[in-house]
Amino acid sequence: MAASNTQPPAIELRGISKAFGPVQANKDISISVRPGSIHGIIGENGAGKSTLMSILYGFYKADKGEVWINGTKTDIPDSQAAIASGIGMVFQHFKLVENFTVLENIVLGAEDGGLLRPSLAKARGELEHLAKEYELNVDPDAVTENLSVGHQQRVEILKALYRQAQILILDEPTGVLTPSEADQLFRILDRLRSEGKTIVLITHKLREIMEYTDTVSVMRRGEMTATVKTAETNPEHLAELMVGRKVLLRVDKTPAQPGKPILEVEKLRVVDGNGVERVKGIDLTVRAGEIVGIAGVAGNGQSELLEVLGGMRPGEGTVRLNGKELPLTGSGSDGRARRAVHIAHVPEDRHREALIMNFSAWENAVFGYHHDARWTSGPFIKNAAILEEAHQMMGRFDVRPPNPRLAAKSFSGGNQQKIVLAREIERNPDLLMIGQPTRGVDIGAIEFIHQQIVALRDQGKAILLVSVELEEILSLADRVAVMFDGHIMGERDAAATDERELGLLMAGVTGEDAA
Amino acid sequence: MRTLPHWADVVLIPLISLLLAGLLSALVVLAIGENPWAAFKLMVEGSLMRSAGWGYTLYYATNFIFTGLAVAIAFHARLFNIGGEGQAIVAGLGVALVCLYIPWPHWSIALVGATVAAGLFGALWAFIPAYLQAERGSHIVITTIMFNFIAAALLNYVLVNLLRPTGAMDPASGPFPDATNLPTFQAMFSTAETPLFRGAPANVTFFLALLACVLVWLLIWRTKLGYEIRSFGQSETAANYAGIHPKRTIVIAMLISGALAGLMSINTTMGEAERLVLNSVEGAGFIGIAVALMGRNHPFGVLLAALLFGFLYQGGAELALWTDIPRELIVVIQALVIMFTGALDNMVRMPLESLFAMMRRGNT
Repeated sequence: MAASNTQPPAIELRGISKAFGPVQANKDISISVRPGSIHGIIGENGAGKSTLMSILYGFYKADKGEVWINGTKTDIPDSQAAIASGIGMVFQHFKLVENFTVLENIVLGAEDGGLLRPSLAKARGELEHLAKEYELNVDPDAVTENLSVGHQQRVEILKALYRQAQILILDEPTGVLTPSEADQLFRILDRLRSEGKTIVLITHKLREIMEYTDTVSVMRRGEMTATVKTAETNPEHLAELMVGRKVLLRVDKTPAQPGKPILEVEKLRVVDGNGVERVKGIDLTVRAGEIVGIAGVAGNGQSELLEVLGGMRPGEGTVRLNGKELPLTGSGSDGRARRAVHIAHVPEDRHREALIMNFSAWENAVFGYHHDARWTSGPFIKNAAILEEAHQMMGRFDVRPPNPRLAAKSFSGGNQQKIVLAREIERNPDLLMIGQPTRGVDIGAIEFIHQQIVALRDQGKAILLVSVELEEILSLADRVAVMFDGHIMGERDAAATDERELGLLMAGVTGEDAA
Repeated sequence: MRTLPHWADVVLIPLISLLLAGLLSALVVLAIGENPWAAFKLMVEGSLMRSAGWGYTLYYATNFIFTGLAVAIAFHARLFNIGGEGQAIVAGLGVALVCLYIPWPHWSIALVGATVAAGLFGALWAFIPAYLQAERGSHIVITTIMFNFIAAALLNYVLVNLLRPTGAMDPASGPFPDATNLPTFQAMFSTAETPLFRGAPANVTFFLALLACVLVWLLIWRTKLGYEIRSFGQSETAANYAGIHPKRTIVIAMLISGALAGLMSINTTMGEAERLVLNSVEGAGFIGIAVALMGRNHPFGVLLAALLFGFLYQGGAELALWTDIPRELIVVIQALVIMFTGALDNMVRMPLESLFAMMRRGNT
């Protein structure tokens, strides 16, 4: 906010407040973004980042406060008004018509007149121009659903630019990208910045903030806790601003001491309900006392692998636990049978699988284990005993608020995950499978969850970890297997590899190709 | 985001809805030139002020408790069983068969036999839609509706061609043996000096209905099966994760639901008509949907809602008897109650939610 700067800020928010019922999502927020810069907004889930940007894009109306664009006070009642003032938004979940071509998607909603052909022709010319100017190359006639995720995202950016956007807001843009796709995205953003565009980057990844932004604003519980020049801060400081206390970003662990094989997978194949082969014959071993991480871009068969091992879907091949073969189809292959052989499973989708959101925490504390003799007598369930156990469990795992009668949905993402982890870890399993352990989990809870996983490993348990966050895999796992298109592309020692090598494997490039 | 306290959800909303329905009904009564206050008084007097009135109210309520519980338990598994009507019709057939063809020594044993038969026949009628839903994905709403029609046609055929006594013109079975006749409230509670419940059809089945409320409550909130049914109803994907079998859960929940709907036929067939007649269910299967909705799928709520609808039924009959308010209009009033308590739930809920949110902000 240098006073000497003659140019007015591209975006200036003054005292924005927004409440949803009793929840104050934004409290008196003021920021100012210099034109031609990349401004990061970082904060935990529920900190109010998305609400703030939705106000800027006209989805919500602020209760209080003013929006100034390029030095003029601007009223943004809807997204049309936002586009008219030069704001473009790239959502986390793309808003594209899948069976339209790139060109059709770009024109959609911005057609001139009643006939389509002139609009398309105009767009084609414009697109060529944009592609040249910003190195945003996409085949205009390709059908959108056939494009890679990275290219679909480019279409979203092109859509905004075609509508003359001077300000581009990107909401968690790298969540679905491979590392190399993410690199390309940031090259594009860099180029856009040098052409004078203003970019607002919403993310929870500290690394992206540190590497690519000029200034960064930190949000916590609806308030803007700080706005700093990126060059004058560091990740630890930002994390502290986000959480409100000191956070350990590195996972503190000793080298693994693998013992005997616990889980052995041979030639495992999984065909989904649509007849598509998702896992194409993989071999994998997880030993006692080690964490094996499965890296890969979402949708390359990792989810299906966990689901078969967790008894949630049938598969073919051989799976042994402690040397004993597990059935992969039929009645002996359900989740209950897996729990009986001491496999615990923290599934990827907390909301739809691991928890019943409308059930209270104590009811969720035995979900899947509700046949245990400890908690039943005959056909009846011992509610009081479960309630008591849940209360203690929540204390041990630092679930806040420690009230087992609250519905699961009223806990934050991190605390929900702690409830699930507590339930699964306290069964003392031989094998713990965890999908996306920290998805939607705040930084403060990530630290705790990682510690719990490492502690379980140190007790000599086998742990199979699936995560799309490479950083998490690299810091937590002892051994990394990379999945691409249903195959395991390679296994690496976590200490002897890096993001670049894994990134190539994740894109399906094996060592021989890369060399 | 939950903004309403629990008590407001289960008590305040139904009460306000009821009040609104009452107001609108009063306007309707006013519009046809009758005095709504007098009409209301007549309804209360006819259904709640005399023991005979209570005898009718409780008789209707018994039916609604069973069908309400049936809808409620299915709904906990997120299954919308609107086939209570057909399940009760077929169960009536079961009751008739065991009453007519088994020589029972005493009504109490006959009641046990009839309970088993009604439950089995009702469950059987629910089994086919349940199986189709579980195995083939045929929507339970569609199939149970169709099975209502099949049941009605089946009953018609059986009564006319098989059970009708030779020479009788009436499509009904012959009377059940005396040993199967259930004690009415009149027989149970009257003394020589003070006759009570005179002529009213309420009978011992009402206590069976109360027992069913307790058992359903136990089942839903105190057993593994209830836990699995509720889990499945809340999230099928989570149930799959926990190793709860979707197909099995669907079938079991529907069997219990069908059995409960079936039990109402004991009240109408064995308790009241003492023979099997064509129209004994009379829409109680559908009223059960409103009862479950208003009772928030909780057995105690179902009991209260069933009593309310029993009152509406009996009060409505009184109105038709003593005033110029036509029978159709009474159905309109009942429909208004259903609409306000069931379908228009959000109309009351939303303003109430913002009211509570405002109060809370005012406090802090």
